[in-house]
Amino acid sequence: MSPQQNDILLQLSAEDNVYVLVRSLAPGTPLQISKHTVSFESPLELGHKIAARDIAASEKIIKYGVPIGSALRDIRLGEHVHLHNIKSDYIPTYTLDKEHSYVSVPGLST
Amino acid sequence: MSAFQGYLREDGRKGIRNTIVVAYLVECAHHVAREIVYPFRKKGVHLIGFSGCYPNQYAFDMMSRLCCHPNVGGVLLVSLGCECFNRYSLEKHVKASGRPIETLVIQEQGGTLSTVERGQAWLQQTLIALEETPRVPMMVNELIVGTICGGSDATSGITANPAIGRCFDLLVAHNAAAIFEEGGELIGCEQIMAERAVTPDLAAAILSTMEKTARYYTVMGHGSFAAGNSEGGLTTVEEKSMGAYAKSGSSPIRGLIKPGDMPPQGGLYLMDVVPDGEARFGFPNINDTAEIAELIACGAHLTLFSTGRGSVVGSAISPVIKVCANPQTYRRMVGDMDVDAGRILEGQATLDEVGQELYAQVLAVAAGAQTKSEILGHQEFVLTYKAFEPIGPACLPL
Repeated sequence: MSPQQNDILLQLSAEDNVYVLVRSLAPGTPLQISKHTVSFESPLELGHKIAARDIAASEKIIKYGVPIGSALRDIRLGEHVHLHNIKSDYIPTYTLDKEHSYVSVPGLST
Repeated sequence: MSAFQGYLREDGRKGIRNTIVVAYLVECAHHVAREIVYPFRKKGVHLIGFSGCYPNQYAFDMMSRLCCHPNVGGVLLVSLGCECFNRYSLEKHVKASGRPIETLVIQEQGGTLSTVERGQAWLQQTLIALEETPRVPMMVNELIVGTICGGSDATSGITANPAIGRCFDLLVAHNAAAIFEEGGELIGCEQIMAERAVTPDLAAAILSTMEKTARYYTVMGHGSFAAGNSEGGLTTVEEKSMGAYAKSGSSPIRGLIKPGDMPPQGGLYLMDVVPDGEARFGFPNINDTAEIAELIACGAHLTLFSTGRGSVVGSAISPVIKVCANPQTYRRMVGDMDVDAGRILEGQATLDEVGQELYAQVLAVAAGAQTKSEILGHQEFVLTYKAFEPIGPACLPL
């Protein structure tokens, strides 16, 4: 299955339920997905994922045609898909946390 | 098949560089070794070493392999004198390979200044002697090439990594040995890797290595995943893995090796860097440099390094070719990057084109062209404590 690409969104595999941003997106830039138009309040860097359809809580996130984690909650078409709404099925992801301790684990109850 | 001029060692192996390594045998000798190297740091003299004072078989084996790497023509050992590292065995091992070697024991030399003076005099004369190293034709099928990704982002798995995979396919087609690695960044890919193994026993060995890897990282409580990975759009370790896995290309997997094991023939090999037994000495890979050193200990003449966020590292002993996945990073850090794979994302080049460009770059660097990190003087090196059992017969089927 060959990747489908428009100017901004890349679908790496036909089974994927997320797109990859090919270019960085400024806040408020309208983005056309299927028949919907979405935009984001914060800038999004290239490489980040956007839901290609509605995804239910606990559903697998599919990229490259394989599962790359599970939805922590319902995700709507066009939403940014990242640490705030999906988690690894293997090992938790740590990030730098400017506010609190030196690392944080999104999606992990504390 | 293209040939270039290699350096012939007395043990019959051929290198693409003619380096002298200065190796400290405990952290307490590090400063003296660094002072010895300083005036020669851009004259092909590289600093390596082991910080620990207590003995470790893995560290000893790594140092032996590195000191006898085909890119290395001479070795200076710098010992404090009271550490446990067996300098006698290492010296004997290097001597048997035919390389010039000298051991300086700081406590016997009378301290810092006299050791630095002796060391620099030895380097001076050995550099002259190395000019006589025989140059011989070397073919692609005599090359061992490693690959690693560092500072990955979500572009890595779309551009640089699959382009490296294309280059690996070309290298394997020309019967070179190609090594990919790091089980911690292949978590989630166990089944697809097992399916590519040349025998069912090797497939089983890969699956059991990956189980060990997942177990080990779970004990560590942290995957092979850095903060910058998520800023760059990667969310989970299995997502990062799928991208990292693309570096392996599509050739059958011919063997499963551990740090220090030489690929016995051409083909694609997976290097397992996760220690055996219960988790004892901490993270399997404390940083990218530790893995590059392990690839080099397996004989890698050079390494293809994919980066999206923008790593700047090179390595002691073997050149590193930096392949930049992200077009924005490439423009920001062009002085550190050898190949712009981000063009693929912008529709300016195909994966196959960049794969071929990488293959040409491998041959050029093997023939002596300097990489950006070499020109900039990057010679990073690190070596930690680890414990490995030898690989089983299933790991290297004939």
